[in-house]
Amino acid sequence: MSLTGLEKKLLAAGRRQMSDGRVPHGFARRVMARLPVGSTLDQASLWARALWRSALACLAVLLLLGAVSLLRSKNGGDLGQDFETTMLASADLDNEAPPLW
Amino acid sequence: MDPTETELIAAVARGEPACFEPLVEKYSPRVFATARRYARRESEVEDIVQEVWLKAFQKLHTFRGDAPFEHWLMRLAVHTCYDFLRSHKRNRESNFSELTEAEENWLDRFIVEPESAREDAQAAQMLVQRLLEQLSPSARLVLTLLEIEDRTVKEIAMLTGWSVPLVKVRAFRARAQMRKLLATMARDKYV
Repeated sequence: MSLTGLEKKLLAAGRRQMSDGRVPHGFARRVMARLPVGSTLDQASLWARALWRSALACLAVLLLLGAVSLLRSKNGGDLGQDFETTMLASADLDNEAPPLW
Repeated sequence: MDPTETELIAAVARGEPACFEPLVEKYSPRVFATARRYARRESEVEDIVQEVWLKAFQKLHTFRGDAPFEHWLMRLAVHTCYDFLRSHKRNRESNFSELTEAEENWLDRFIVEPESAREDAQAAQMLVQRLLEQLSPSARLVLTLLEIEDRTVKEIAMLTGWSVPLVKVRAFRARAQMRKLLATMARDKYV
């Protein structure tokens, strides 16, 4: 059996197959009923874009802080400790200073 | 482009979604014909076509009008059909033991006398569909566009977004896949 001949014959059969463009009854109405109400703008895409940008910005900040922390720990500093000290500075001040009243 | 279409598209972009319906009515036959080449079940065909129209509505603001709306829509349709093929990748193990009697008779006739096996026979059309369904999504897409719909490589590149060299490579691989399937069919049936 000639496979090349068979291939040609079958593809020719595929070409002869009439394209079926029948549209089910009421199809256009069903599509219209499913359309998002309101704007034609792709709101989901706008939101997705904004969220991705925020996520990338947060990732960049995270990497930067991570790099800084790593450098400081190599040089003997401890970013975590410094951060804690800074955050609790106001409480420490309260403990050290005498009450005003 | 038909000025009426321009007005309809502009109206939809202005926020008059009702103007979308005439476009749906006009081009649905074409989109359905395309979808029916890639899905068998009518429910799947309708899902694909609805998806095409929903995407068209959402992305209408990206339509620049430098090509006919129909071309833009058909690109969307081809992309949606391709996504459907990829998401419905079934186990494509070649199994030609399930050929119908008509298909077997057609093949037998082809072996004995190739000229007597008619291309317009329903069995031949069923056989080619069976083969196409067993190809990978990209192979099926490119062979359907190239060999069944008789499109040029350039048209296929425009429809799919693939580069011309990529279309050629995929067409080459698709034909190789098809030949492998035919060899398997011949071996299963006649050896």
